[in-house]
Amino acid sequence: MPSLKDLKNRIASVKATQKITKAMKMVAAAKLRRAQEAAEAARPYSQRMSAVLSNIAQAVGADDSAPRLMTGTGRDQTHLLVVCTAERGLCGGFNSQIARFARDHVRKLLVEGKTVKIVCVGKKGFDILRREFASLIIDRVDLREVKKIGFENADQIGKKIIGLFEKGEFDVCTLFYSEFKSVISQVPTALQLVPAAVSTDAADAGAAAIYEYEPDAGEILSDLIPRNISVQVFRALLENVAGEMGAKMSAMDNATRNAGEMINKLTLSYNRQRQAQITKELIEIISGAEAL
Amino acid sequence: MADFNFELVSPERLLLSERVTEVVIPAAEGEMTVMANHAPTMTTIKPGVVTVKATDGKVTRYVVFGGFADILPTGCTLLAESAVPVGELSRAAIEKRIEIARAELENASADEHKTGIEQFIASMTALNGIVVAA
Repeated sequence: MPSLKDLKNRIASVKATQKITKAMKMVAAAKLRRAQEAAEAARPYSQRMSAVLSNIAQAVGADDSAPRLMTGTGRDQTHLLVVCTAERGLCGGFNSQIARFARDHVRKLLVEGKTVKIVCVGKKGFDILRREFASLIIDRVDLREVKKIGFENADQIGKKIIGLFEKGEFDVCTLFYSEFKSVISQVPTALQLVPAAVSTDAADAGAAAIYEYEPDAGEILSDLIPRNISVQVFRALLENVAGEMGAKMSAMDNATRNAGEMINKLTLSYNRQRQAQITKELIEIISGAEAL
Repeated sequence: MADFNFELVSPERLLLSERVTEVVIPAAEGEMTVMANHAPTMTTIKPGVVTVKATDGKVTRYVVFGGFADILPTGCTLLAESAVPVGELSRAAIEKRIEIARAELENASADEHKTGIEQFIASMTALNGIVVAA
């Protein structure tokens, strides 16, 4: 049985923790709002981009002039996985969800006898994947110093991927990130970057006017595809930030609630014990008086 | 005068969306002026100045750093890698970009890539002159 003083100390420390988690929750909520706004603001560009892309892809068709980034190398022996996670923990299962999803994918590829290379974006994913696939990780991108994710950050990663592709380091590139569905639900997602999965549905290019291309469709396409990769990475990073903040918010909310419950329980046993002590003292006094 | 809808979009946000009568864009093969009912055209753009003339006659100028434009009879969308109003751009900012491009040039291996960067540097240098003169 802990003494009264012990109980008092524990209540105080749980209260202090609760204050911290509450503050973290509020910070996460504010950051979430900002992240959502950023994701929202970036949407028109990526929408336009994919519309234009599918438009041109149709015009160029699958002839030989299409850039290799789009058609791929024709093999699928070497896979590059770009795993985007958060830089910080304390956000529930957010990071491990992505990492687990990527890990399952890696295992599947390894069983199929493919070569796998991993690029980690974000510290947490690196920490988790390093345990199992340390030899497969060829690079990592650190965004810890970055306060607000800008297009330049994504562009750097995009350029890195393209550079590796040009050196023939991989055949297929897949991006792993967490899609932001809502504050409480983030879904780990895999997105194929190379060869570019361009939707050539006649339906969504329905308004396809007959365009004039300047310089020409093929050249525009080879300019667009690398840019598209950066845009996709950018979108993934933004979704990730929003997801991280959402996960952190609900994790911290849970923590605050748990702390509250704990305080209630501790206060109850504190009061009970204090009462017991008072009763004990009274009994001692009364029985002392009776003995006289 | 007929007007049309012009949108200037950067990856980070929608910079401008308004009715305009005339837009001059630095297309890959020379400057071109887009007016209402332009034939559908798609073009890449090189670093340069975009001049937007709104319906009320007000002229605004933006500096863009590469991207592409999607022109339809009913509107024009410019997807820029990054865009800044001319007034907010300093010579130092341009020089910084040129420096980054130079560093990239040294690391580049593929010839095509190299020419691309060299072209970029050239148009940036030209831009440097224009902007500061303005």
